[in-house]
Amino acid sequence: MDLKRFGFIAFIIVILFVIVVLVGKGTVPATVIIVSMVATTISVSTPLVLGALSGVFCERSGIVNIGIEGMMLSSAFFGWFASIYLSFILKAPALTSLLFGVVVAILTGGLMGLLLAWLSVTFKVDQIIGGTVINILAIGITGFLNRQIFFEKHSVFGGQVPHAPGTLPPIHIPFLADIPLFGKIFVQQPIAITAIVFVVLANFVIFNTRWGLRSRAVGEHPRAADTVGINVYKMQYLNVIIGGCIAGLAGAYFTLESVPSFEPLMTNGRGFISLAAMIFGNWTPFGAWAASLVFGASQAFQINLQFFREMIPPQWSFLQQSYVVGMVPYLLTMFILTGLIGKTTPPATENKPYEK
Amino acid sequence: MESSVTKAEEGKSSLLVKLKPALRSMLVPVLAVFTSVIVGGIVIAMAGGNPFEAYLGLAEGSFGSLKALSETTVWATPYIFAGLAVGLAFKGGLFNIGAEGQLALGAVAAAWTGYALPDWLGISLPAIIHIPLTILAGILAGAIWGGIPGWLKAKFGGHEVINTIMMNYIALNITSYLLNGPMKDPNPNNVVARTPMIAPSAQIPTIFSGFRLHWGFILALLVAALVWWILWKTTLGFEIRTAGANPDAGRYAGVNVARTIIITMILSGLLAGMAGAIEVTGLNFRHELGFSVGYGFDAIAIALLGKCHPAGIVLGALLFGGMRNGATRMQFLTQIPVDVISVIQALILLFVAADAIVRYIYRIRTREERVVLTRGWGG
Repeated sequence: MDLKRFGFIAFIIVILFVIVVLVGKGTVPATVIIVSMVATTISVSTPLVLGALSGVFCERSGIVNIGIEGMMLSSAFFGWFASIYLSFILKAPALTSLLFGVVVAILTGGLMGLLLAWLSVTFKVDQIIGGTVINILAIGITGFLNRQIFFEKHSVFGGQVPHAPGTLPPIHIPFLADIPLFGKIFVQQPIAITAIVFVVLANFVIFNTRWGLRSRAVGEHPRAADTVGINVYKMQYLNVIIGGCIAGLAGAYFTLESVPSFEPLMTNGRGFISLAAMIFGNWTPFGAWAASLVFGASQAFQINLQFFREMIPPQWSFLQQSYVVGMVPYLLTMFILTGLIGKTTPPATENKPYEK
Repeated sequence: MESSVTKAEEGKSSLLVKLKPALRSMLVPVLAVFTSVIVGGIVIAMAGGNPFEAYLGLAEGSFGSLKALSETTVWATPYIFAGLAVGLAFKGGLFNIGAEGQLALGAVAAAWTGYALPDWLGISLPAIIHIPLTILAGILAGAIWGGIPGWLKAKFGGHEVINTIMMNYIALNITSYLLNGPMKDPNPNNVVARTPMIAPSAQIPTIFSGFRLHWGFILALLVAALVWWILWKTTLGFEIRTAGANPDAGRYAGVNVARTIIITMILSGLLAGMAGAIEVTGLNFRHELGFSVGYGFDAIAIALLGKCHPAGIVLGALLFGGMRNGATRMQFLTQIPVDVISVIQALILLFVAADAIVRYIYRIRTREERVVLTRGWGG
């Protein structure tokens, strides 16, 4: 990641932190605010990191994946539904239900990935349309099933939304979590930790393994890869399914780690923001992670500012409006996409279906 | 084989010759809808409902009576504009997912013009001025909201898919703020986020008394014809279609692709803004938060279903309008939630987009070439 982009990321994050500290330092000491912001940023960027990683896998092999939002939404729903079913109907303990929910979410994501691959690779549908189809399908199915299963009197749950078995408990990283003052940063929930581990793993797989090399070859020049004997279609299918699974894990974050409930459309555009993070990170796992942190920071900014609402001085009262602050991630995305902060290069064969 | 053809036969075959391609091009979309209905029926059955009852209720609600027909066209009218918006953008090689936001802001602008402008100006406006002004407000808002991502794409290469999606969310924030704040209906009976009712002088009159069918529908048909004319009978339309089909060839032919992109997005946003304006002046006479959610995505399905041709789009819009209208009746009769039509609409989009699936199922051989709709991030 070049200096210009890294500098921009650092710049934005510093500005956001400074504003929150300035506003809140009357009630809470500055270090506590900073620690809280860092912890929130890491937690909140989790779906963005995972979404961006999903995008990296898909796009490195040449398939544009606009459907990350839909994959997240559907896995959020089905993972949540599975965990509720297990704990409410089968009376399983909370942690088991939650973990089972995570597995179901990952599988749902993988299935959606399979659908996208089927549409894009086998039927050679325009990949952006294919992704949009996934998004619309997800909205339709989750909306319909949410209403049908939980709010209909004669459904399995009898018309009442049962209590979800809570959320995944945070894990204290041994030793690091015990550091006074800053230790709080190292108390994170499992999916957040997994996301960071995946960044390192993905980077290794994509850039240091033969399999990663083959995937990238397929994404840059499928005909050359085909000539050398690489099965282009298989690599694309595999990569998109893996991408789908990762997006499924991101979906699990929403309903099993962040809040213990499902709201229609709860992903709120974060699937698309992760695409921007992926582009800004130049299609690399570490770049995507850094970019996701910026967006995560802007969300943490919004959350913490809400917390300190009364402290905001009158000249800055527009910050009190949650809608104004809520626009920051989207405006940031558009600004980043202008490429003013540096042009990025997509994999060459994007959105061009490969014809043997 | 002899070659003499009588005049009568010639006349008959030339009509058939003209009709056949039109019918043939309708084959896949019709089959796509048919297949979606079947699969949708399976989904309904799996969720515990009776598909036949559901579809009967749907049909009864969409066109089972004159009133139902009138309601269907009323619902279809904003869909026509929105479908035209997305279809026009597709023709220009752009994917305007931002129709949702452009429509919302168009609706907000139209609502303000409808209820606040006379007070703001201090005079009362006759309908002949007020209605066009209201629609114009929607057009302007939509044009600006569509033009911004268009400019970003032309100037910076910023891909319009993500930018328009971001603009949707920004528009959502703006409308939430306005409808919960400065533009909120001050009526003490009101608790939801919506504008006050627009003045009677801003409401589009109905065509027949007793039915809600209004002149906006006629306007929609005229605009559809206008879009057809622009795209296929003017130089601008040629430039738009060339920039969409093959920008490099276009540049070689002297088309200013960057300028065309901006104009296409402005036109597209303008049409979407009109959809919002018509929703306010003809359908609800106010704008309520959350009312127009989903129009943007439905518009994509309608545009693809209608193969980006204004005639097809009008038909697709009537279909979707009918579904949306009939769904409430279906829910009333069968307790199946209206959301099921979202599933069916998603399936329609799936089968239309992946028309290869439909061709494979029904063994249709394709004679048309693939249409390139969008390009990747490279741009």
